Amino acid sequence: MSFLSYLINGISLGSIYAIIALGYTMVYGIARMLNFAHGDIIMVGGFAIFTVVSTMGLPPLLGIFVAILVCTVLGVTIERVAYRPLRGASSLAVLITAIGVSYLLQNVALLIFGSNARQFTSVVTLPNLKLADGALTISSVTIVTIISCIAIMVALTSFINKTKVGQAMLAVSEDNGAATLMGIDVNRTIAITFAIGSALAAIAGALLCSTYPSLTPYTGSMPGIKAFVAAVFGGIGSIPGALIGGILLGVIENLSKAYISSQLSDTIVFSVLIIVLLVRPTGILGRKIHEKV
Amino acid sequence: MNKNKVRIQNGITYGIVVGCWILVQIMDKTGHMTSLLRGILVPLCMYSILAISLNLTVGILGELSLGHAGFMCVGAFSGAFFTKCMENVLPNLQLRFFLAILIGAAVAGICGILIGIPVLRLKGDYLAIVTLAFGEIIKNLINVMYIGLDKSGFHFSIKDTMSLGMDETGVVIIKGAQGITGTPKAATFLVATILLLITLFIVLNLIHSRTGRAIMSIRDNRIAAESIGINITKYKLMAFAISAALAGVAGVLYAHNLSTLAATPKNFGYNMSIMILVFVVLGGLGNIRGSMIAAVVLTLLPELLRGLNDYRMLIYAIVLIVMMLFNSSPKAIEVRSVLLERFHKKKDTGAKEAA
Amino acid sequence: MRKFVGFGMAAILAASLTACGGGSSTDSTTAPAAGNDTTKEAAADNNNNEEAASGAEGGAFKIGVVGPLTGPAAAYGIAVQNGVDLAIKEINDAGGVNGAMLEMNSQDDEHDPEKSVNAYNTLKDWNMQMLVGAVTSKPCIAVAAESANDNLFQITPSGSAVECAAPDNVFRVCFADPAQGTASAKYIGENKLGTKIAIIYDSSTEYSSGIREAFVAEAANEGLEIVADEAFTADTNTDFSVQLDKAKDAGAELVFLPIYYQEASVILKQASDKEFAPIFFGVDGMDGILSVKNFDTSLAEGVMLLTPFSATEEGSKAFTDAYVAAYGIEPNQFAADAYDAVYAIKAAAEQAGITPDMDASAICDAMKVAMTEISIDGLTGDGMTWDAAGETGKAPKAVKIVNGVYEMQ
Repeated sequence: MSFLSYLINGISLGSIYAIIALGYTMVYGIARMLNFAHGDIIMVGGFAIFTVVSTMGLPPLLGIFVAILVCTVLGVTIERVAYRPLRGASSLAVLITAIGVSYLLQNVALLIFGSNARQFTSVVTLPNLKLADGALTISSVTIVTIISCIAIMVALTSFINKTKVGQAMLAVSEDNGAATLMGIDVNRTIAITFAIGSALAAIAGALLCSTYPSLTPYTGSMPGIKAFVAAVFGGIGSIPGALIGGILLGVIENLSKAYISSQLSDTIVFSVLIIVLLVRPTGILGRKIHEKV
Repeated sequence: MNKNKVRIQNGITYGIVVGCWILVQIMDKTGHMTSLLRGILVPLCMYSILAISLNLTVGILGELSLGHAGFMCVGAFSGAFFTKCMENVLPNLQLRFFLAILIGAAVAGICGILIGIPVLRLKGDYLAIVTLAFGEIIKNLINVMYIGLDKSGFHFSIKDTMSLGMDETGVVIIKGAQGITGTPKAATFLVATILLLITLFIVLNLIHSRTGRAIMSIRDNRIAAESIGINITKYKLMAFAISAALAGVAGVLYAHNLSTLAATPKNFGYNMSIMILVFVVLGGLGNIRGSMIAAVVLTLLPELLRGLNDYRMLIYAIVLIVMMLFNSSPKAIEVRSVLLERFHKKKDTGAKEAA
Repeated sequence: MRKFVGFGMAAILAASLTACGGGSSTDSTTAPAAGNDTTKEAAADNNNNEEAASGAEGGAFKIGVVGPLTGPAAAYGIAVQNGVDLAIKEINDAGGVNGAMLEMNSQDDEHDPEKSVNAYNTLKDWNMQMLVGAVTSKPCIAVAAESANDNLFQITPSGSAVECAAPDNVFRVCFADPAQGTASAKYIGENKLGTKIAIIYDSSTEYSSGIREAFVAEAANEGLEIVADEAFTADTNTDFSVQLDKAKDAGAELVFLPIYYQEASVILKQASDKEFAPIFFGVDGMDGILSVKNFDTSLAEGVMLLTPFSATEEGSKAFTDAYVAAYGIEPNQFAADAYDAVYAIKAAAEQAGITPDMDASAICDAMKVAMTEISIDGLTGDGMTWDAAGETGKAPKAVKIVNGVYEMQ
């Protein structure tokens, strides 16, 4: 029974990683950049919800809506101001700028909200699910998290495959130059990608803070890195890869905490990552890179 | 570049270091030193060594590594462990410190080879994430390690000090997450400067040697390099291991500059690796002198910004972004090169050779 | 081309330095000039009490504060900064220390030993005479080594690792870690709160692992059975579901939490989600849990903790009110320790008869003796005294949270 509980919690944690990883993976696939500030957008989403729900006392759904709005605008602005001028520069330059943006977001949040942790009120107010005569309690947040993750995956996949904008995104990720020649506005497509990624970060923020209810200006950085690992795990650039990577990571992390050592869980997660990459150098679902001479 | 030019360029780099050392001595004698500056001299040398060594991997070899702090961590702990263990055997601190530096470099270098063999066949961002993972693993493992010493020898545990099972003479040397406490403060500015010069010597000579050219040819075109018979694995490993060993030296310096040594996310986590990468990228990939200057400037910057109180780290972040945009954005480079060209034309009118 | 880029970069860097260094020379190697400038600025900016201080006749003692003001540990550093600030204001308003005012300058160490030494050196450039800090243990050990070398009087409000107070110039207001672990195990054993104990601790801080180690050692003597002993680290301090599940499955009657309130608040929340309701027992780091913003205090109902300070008790009321009025937030134990540290300095300074024109080393020599002779009634204990080793003699009080407030046991 306890195994089941660890497993379900692992899947829930993994679902959050997966939603965050989607943001990483889409941005990487299209703009070929590692957006290290992505984790901090989650934190901004968390604070937006906190302000709306706990400070103003408005309903949680409105809070999520506001958070999505704030994060989308923020994501697009960051892309416009900090990343777009660097298009064509080395990917390392963009990476460092992203780190600068991450510091910036953390410190702005620190100045506005202070450093004391806040207890986040869960956006899910349903009762817990009890199975097997109460031997197994699954919290409602866990269920909502897993369902949202699946819903987001389905929606995103059909968006990319069925809509024009989605096809444009695919085209840009395939070949930037050729896409331009086909009349696709690359800058606009990248901006849309950032918008979607940031909106997902807001949702991830809501779920993350509801499950692990502590909110500080540094809340986003560790889940951000873990999600990045998840994205690479599944094959960066691949959307189903992000889902598989995220969930595997969450499950491995929780099970190793439960059965091996709670201090070494990160070590085990990272070791599995290394082994996977050594066997499949581009992740589980990553495409093979063919070298041209 | 011809040989003479190389020599002059290298001479300038060494000259800057020696010049700074002399300047500091003069300021010290004339009483112009602040305590802050005096205290930060060793860290400045340490960060310079880190930046130079990482530049070897990122700039010269062309592989992105996000686990440099891991090697620094290995060096710091093996060096400090040695100094603590040998406290009674080798009372001469300077000798112990010297040996600790060698040990730190050797252990970190070996780690570099061990990690390098499997991971160096990965490429680009995948290599980056694996090095990041290794860095975190090293940090985590050191955090659960307990090592004690009593008269029957070393005791090892990954649980706590009680399970070491030592007798009453036992001393805990590495105490899990609390690390090593009470390392002697052996690192002086003179030693640090000498280590920095040695680092420069190793790296600059390597770059301008046959080996260095082979390494750079792998960076520029791996397949072409392979086709002319360059042993890719050997040269990649060599650059990676030297880089790791030098990071280990920096680690030993770090450990012997503070009385407490613990592997926290702040000093040996990926944040530190990224920080060192920032030095390298801002200083210019492959530009050794640039790495050094960037390391010094970016280490001093937060200290100089102390007057801004709460806004300190905020301004630091903004400065970082603006510098990156100014430095690397294609538009800014264009504008800058136009300006520079104009400037040089004015200067060079009459000169035989145009810039 | 590369040369130009490097050149251009150096110029920008130098320019940015100039901008920030307050008009110092443009060459990065002449940083000391900039350092001087900034230190002066820092002194001017940071000091809330300077005006009062410079107006006084007796001069002013310069008191430095080192602690994390940014980064994940900032909550503790800022609390200490506020506590010191409040105490200094009160003392200055009441006429100072033998007529001399107190001046404060606080510097950020980002909870990093290396940065804490930089912060300490910055304060030395400001001619600091006494130090309150460092706030967290590892930085405190690093700073203590420096201050011992300089023979500068240091009192740490909250550096609880044993080594923090090792040099003879360092005193501390809080308990040393092992003392709390032993006291907790004794209390639980004597009051028969439970025999099956689970521990959830932070293995990456010396505070938590130090208390845990002493607790485990003492638990054996008290007949307590440790059924689950689960750790987490600074990297994994947001999710405790596994640790709680294990404690629950092991049938723990009491969960000992030698951790800070920020993590404890998450544990309580997650435990309630799991409908796991043992007795939760904390130590002084737990204090502050009721002031976590938006925390549902009903979750903390029945939580017990050993703490020297309680914001709601009668003796702390004046302090709490003044603190809330000044900083808009409830004080925690860090603020109280810092406040007591300043009053300890005042008492010892009056006992030693030191004056602001003495140098730091002479002040330290006098204070070292005087500290062992004073006794103060502080927020964190009545009749606090110090021994030559720098440890304080005070007893922790056990409290239970009932209806959202502390109730003395």
